[in-house]
Amino acid sequence: MMQELLLQNLPALLLAVPMLGAFVTPLIGRASGGARNLWAVAVMLATLAVAVLLTAQVLSSGTVVYTFGAAAPDLTVPADSGGIPIRIIFAVDAMGAFMALAASLVGLGVMLYSLASATRSTGQNGYYALLLLLVVGILGMVCTGDMFNFFVFLEINSLAGAALVASRVDKGVAVEAGLKYAVLSTLGGLLVLFAIALLYGQYGALNIAVIASRMLFTPLDQIALVMLLVALAMKAGAVPMHFWTPDAYSMAPSSITALLVVASQASLYGVFRVVFTLYGLTLDYATIGWIIIILGVLSMFVGVTMAIPQKDVKRLMAYHAVSQTGYMLLGVGVGLAVLGNQQLLDTYGVIAMEGGIFHIINHAMYKGLLFLTAGAIFYRTGTRNLNQLGGLGHSMKWTMVFFIIGALAIAGIPPFNGFASKLMIYESVFLFNPLLAIIAMVVSILTLASFVKVFHSIFMGPRLPEYADVREVPAPMIIGMALLSLLVILFGVFPQEVVDLLITPAAGALIDQGGYIASVLGGA
Amino acid sequence: MNMSKIVRSAANLLFPFILVFGFYIVLHGHLTPGGGFQGGAVIATGFVLMFVAYSYDFITGRIGAESLHTTETIGLVLFIVTALVAIVFGVTFFTNWMLDVGPVLNNPVAFGPNPGDLNTAGFIPVMNLAVGIEVLGALSVIVLYMLSGTKEEI
Repeated sequence: MMQELLLQNLPALLLAVPMLGAFVTPLIGRASGGARNLWAVAVMLATLAVAVLLTAQVLSSGTVVYTFGAAAPDLTVPADSGGIPIRIIFAVDAMGAFMALAASLVGLGVMLYSLASATRSTGQNGYYALLLLLVVGILGMVCTGDMFNFFVFLEINSLAGAALVASRVDKGVAVEAGLKYAVLSTLGGLLVLFAIALLYGQYGALNIAVIASRMLFTPLDQIALVMLLVALAMKAGAVPMHFWTPDAYSMAPSSITALLVVASQASLYGVFRVVFTLYGLTLDYATIGWIIIILGVLSMFVGVTMAIPQKDVKRLMAYHAVSQTGYMLLGVGVGLAVLGNQQLLDTYGVIAMEGGIFHIINHAMYKGLLFLTAGAIFYRTGTRNLNQLGGLGHSMKWTMVFFIIGALAIAGIPPFNGFASKLMIYESVFLFNPLLAIIAMVVSILTLASFVKVFHSIFMGPRLPEYADVREVPAPMIIGMALLSLLVILFGVFPQEVVDLLITPAAGALIDQGGYIASVLGGA
Repeated sequence: MNMSKIVRSAANLLFPFILVFGFYIVLHGHLTPGGGFQGGAVIATGFVLMFVAYSYDFITGRIGAESLHTTETIGLVLFIVTALVAIVFGVTFFTNWMLDVGPVLNNPVAFGPNPGDLNTAGFIPVMNLAVGIEVLGALSVIVLYMLSGTKEEI
């Protein structure tokens, strides 16, 4: 009975567990800091367990639909509503479940890391509560089947993120970064809201499946599409809307930055959901596909060239995050550009999409890991300036190992996970347009060059006198980093298993617009 | 710095009425315009009136920021727990489970013009109350923190 209730309500629990956890955190924190930390980790573990169960359910029995406020989860269309699903509906397909799994894995790593890294800060009650709320925002965005609900979770995501960016007060610079993030997120949120209003005005519905099934692609829909793409690509940090990422990523505490990477990927998921599911084949998919490809190529190239001259290690990594987002846009964009052509889709389109989607989870793992190592270095030395750092390889061996793993993974060197997804992207994009594949490879080489420089200036060289008493970071931080490193290596050594298990269903779910609509509207 | 005696007396006089009016808006949320957020904001203005009339030190000596934080948290927890209980009754998250159990808040709504019956609408009044508690704590604490940045005139 209990088990049945649990399994029936997994999509709701995925949000309810971290939300309840976030709200109770300050109360426990008033009693004892240790109990609060334990509680936060337990909540995150429970969230991960729910995400794993939900993913298993989605993979075994197809899209899971959950209707809030109904007598049963699958009562999407009330009998007296005239065929319109008036309630808020979660539609978790393989793509959403995959994103939820990635987000909760990184969330757990970040939570463990925070146990040690946040000990010196005040206001930890708020920190842990906001961290859990940020996870709620991300999970909500990737699970919801309702446009307005998507906007609400986007706002939760933005507000929690902005507060966390500003959480480490550093002579007002962090507050400035937080304010910039808040203002830009609000601007993006407004664009999304206007777009939703345009769609609602025409189709009288907010449910993604209903809008998709009625989509006519009128000029108003085109305006809505542009607004949605601009806002979500900005939140995802794609060039030319990437300018907030270096500020926000470098000023936030490193643990938060690792989670902000996942938050921006939830927006990337929004882009994919909008073009594939909401608009689908009504789009001029070749044009939109090329627009996304160009955004991707620009992000890749501008990101990496901006990263090379940086002296602040976290700013440098932030530009690399922009660059890596480009790979995902490129892969999925190629898939979109050939969406209508089944033959090309089978030849390379699906592989390109799988590469792009696989890169999302890989990026979340290794970029999260890299930001955590940067945080570990900052934790012990108090600086992020590459010119001042040096010789840390003598004293911070574990951090160095984790950094090497992350750096090789981001540069696409086997046997790490970055190689697996980048190879899929290179091979398939080469068949689509060789020039794009060559640009992608050049960007990878530049990435490697940039990380060799960073590695050399942080870890190599003689032991510096000012860092003579630097020690390895505390155990919880190492455990957090080790968790992500392990996943980086596992995904790199067994890519085929991961692709078969998670990625192929996710790509299939994105392409299968009819299946998504049918799962919500009941085959209508 | 306390403001003049006239201001303080007026604030003392108005304070209970503002609270009562705020809670009226919260509790009648399911019957009349307004609801949890609006009522909570009205209650918070009562607190703000006290903050303005009396000095920062005098206020923080009586109402700490901590207790306002706790108020906020209790509201949030009440909200989410009310929504979660629905799962135990075998319906989905956020389903109005109070309509299925017991006579509390469970009268059928009368048809046509009527004076309004508070004992209706299932858990919606409970949700309104939770939001009201949350908003009064959160808005008051925001103003309190803003006040802490002001300098005393000498």
